[in-house]
Amino acid sequence: MSAAASLPDETGAAAAEAPLLSVRDLTLHIPVPPHVLRAVDGVSFDLRRGETLGLVGESGSGKTLTALMLMRLLEPPLAALPKGEVLLDGTDLMALDEKRMSALRGRTVSMVFQEPMTSLNPVMTVGRQIAEPLVRHLGLSSREAAARAEEMLRLVHIPDPARVARAYPHLLSGGMRQRAMIAIALACRPAVLVADEPTTALDVTVQAQILELLAELQREMGSAILLITHDLAVIAETAHRVAVMYAGRIVEEAPVAALFAAPRHPYTRGLLASIPKIERVPAPTLPEIPGMVPGAGDRPRGCAFMPRCARAVSGCAAEPPPLAETDPGHRVACWNPANG
Amino acid sequence: MIGFVAWRLLQAIPLLIGVSLIGFGLMHLAPGGPLAVYTLNPTIQAQDIERIKIIFGLDQPVHVQYVKWATGIFSGNWGYTFFGGRPVLGVILERLPATLLLMGSALSVAIVLGLSIGVLGAVKRYSVFDVLATTGALFALSFPTFWFGLMAIFVFAIELRWLPSGGMWELGEEGNILSLLRHLVLPTMVLALVITATWSRYSRSAFLEVMQQDFMRTARAKGVPPAARLMRHAFPNAAKPLIALLGVELPFLFSGALVTETIFGWPGMGRLFVDALNMKEYPVLMGMMMFTAIFVIIGNLLADLAIAVIDPRVRLR
Repeated sequence: MSAAASLPDETGAAAAEAPLLSVRDLTLHIPVPPHVLRAVDGVSFDLRRGETLGLVGESGSGKTLTALMLMRLLEPPLAALPKGEVLLDGTDLMALDEKRMSALRGRTVSMVFQEPMTSLNPVMTVGRQIAEPLVRHLGLSSREAAARAEEMLRLVHIPDPARVARAYPHLLSGGMRQRAMIAIALACRPAVLVADEPTTALDVTVQAQILELLAELQREMGSAILLITHDLAVIAETAHRVAVMYAGRIVEEAPVAALFAAPRHPYTRGLLASIPKIERVPAPTLPEIPGMVPGAGDRPRGCAFMPRCARAVSGCAAEPPPLAETDPGHRVACWNPANG
Repeated sequence: MIGFVAWRLLQAIPLLIGVSLIGFGLMHLAPGGPLAVYTLNPTIQAQDIERIKIIFGLDQPVHVQYVKWATGIFSGNWGYTFFGGRPVLGVILERLPATLLLMGSALSVAIVLGLSIGVLGAVKRYSVFDVLATTGALFALSFPTFWFGLMAIFVFAIELRWLPSGGMWELGEEGNILSLLRHLVLPTMVLALVITATWSRYSRSAFLEVMQQDFMRTARAKGVPPAARLMRHAFPNAAKPLIALLGVELPFLFSGALVTETIFGWPGMGRLFVDALNMKEYPVLMGMMMFTAIFVIIGNLLADLAIAVIDPRVRLR
């Protein structure tokens, strides 16, 4: 893996070994007669031990669906539709039956959701909700699990953990609830944590604390994190590598420094250009990407970004561009990529 | 909590006064007035009616009558029946055990069945079972109870001769539990049918709503198996609307299932009401109205308390 050279030091060693999680050609095509919605269209990426991969994209780009497919959490009638492979240490999660998958959820792969206000059961104490996976997966007695739940609350920096463990979720603030969610997800020290917009619903100051916490727990537990967000600032702060999604596909993937320094896909460049910068005073009008994301049902046959792309060339309409490596560890899906 | 209960009971007083005013007013507005049963009877002489008026205090001004009756309600003197001159409260309480028995058994059967059908329907939404259960419930709800009652009597009592067609005991077998149980089966079945249908519909929608909540996905994401998700996570949340429903429904059930009790000759409150209506027994009708109102208030109070126990977000104030 030649990518090692450009990765931050702390993951350099990890990068040399085989990926922990390998997603191959993950696809979700939803038939809605007379169309087929290509909600997720052949997504592939690797996640290494102890690494944070940021999955970034606009609403509707398929990032949350990718996460739900990876966790096998889609509900019927969507549950039967996903195709592709999710290899966790060589085991294909997509091929497991629900019972085996359920034994892995919360133990080996965990998920933190976007909405801390509604993601906790309102009529169950916080402590019991954290203890539940411990009893289920690690076979702890309820007393041991309760003690361990308190310990988890301390680990996510909740003050007075003994009291909070006995409290119901409605008594906690959004930030505290998200900490409790993280405590639930990490209780069994999972190998992979999927965090779907974990800070979107929170105040900016709380956002930073939660991201800090995730990074800290990652250092301690060595979990790999798939961090899903639409917020490039979150990515810059937390991720080692970034994958940019557009219309159900990954259009660019690179180490975080490389992506911010030298974005190659026109869409990524547009995204980065639209971030306001505080040093530009007086603030110029922010450049925006013209047009709209095409709906999942009426995507062009070729590159989905072509209708909005200033760099489009004649070949773009014919065929979607493959995700090809341009520099070590830097992959771009574009027929006419910009030079970094 | 004691403060909450006291406050709610205090709030109930104006409500009860309202109900009593309406009940009292209706009696006086009814054609023929409170003594319709006598005045509309051509064989009764005018001087007899005057005498009855004085006996029942109906010669006094209306507001005096009301105050006497209303204060009687609180002190336990609910007035006397026209026929037999028995105390109204005693007549009502005498019918209570039969109604409690029928209601208790029908409700137990219906809640267990209805809840199971509703939960299964919610879990296996749009399955063959769900469609059949929905159709069955609509069928049970759209046919009148008396039809089911008559069919049950026809099939099980007349054709098959398995069960008695009515009453609570065989003659001479009063107090025999087996005889009572045999008489209980058919009315329980008929009454439970309709309640089961209602409960299966309500519990299905309550569970469907809860199962779409984010925290149910969280439970799945931490590997909680389906049965535990249903019992530990969905059930306490879905129970709230069902308890509220029970709080409203229960008192009406205790005031008697008019049709079922009448068809099966079950000596409960429902039949008492029908009989009183036929005989223009206004004191009994008014008494039953108050009785039902009191039960509605108690039922709702109990439901609120139960919901507060289940849901920590509900504060009793």
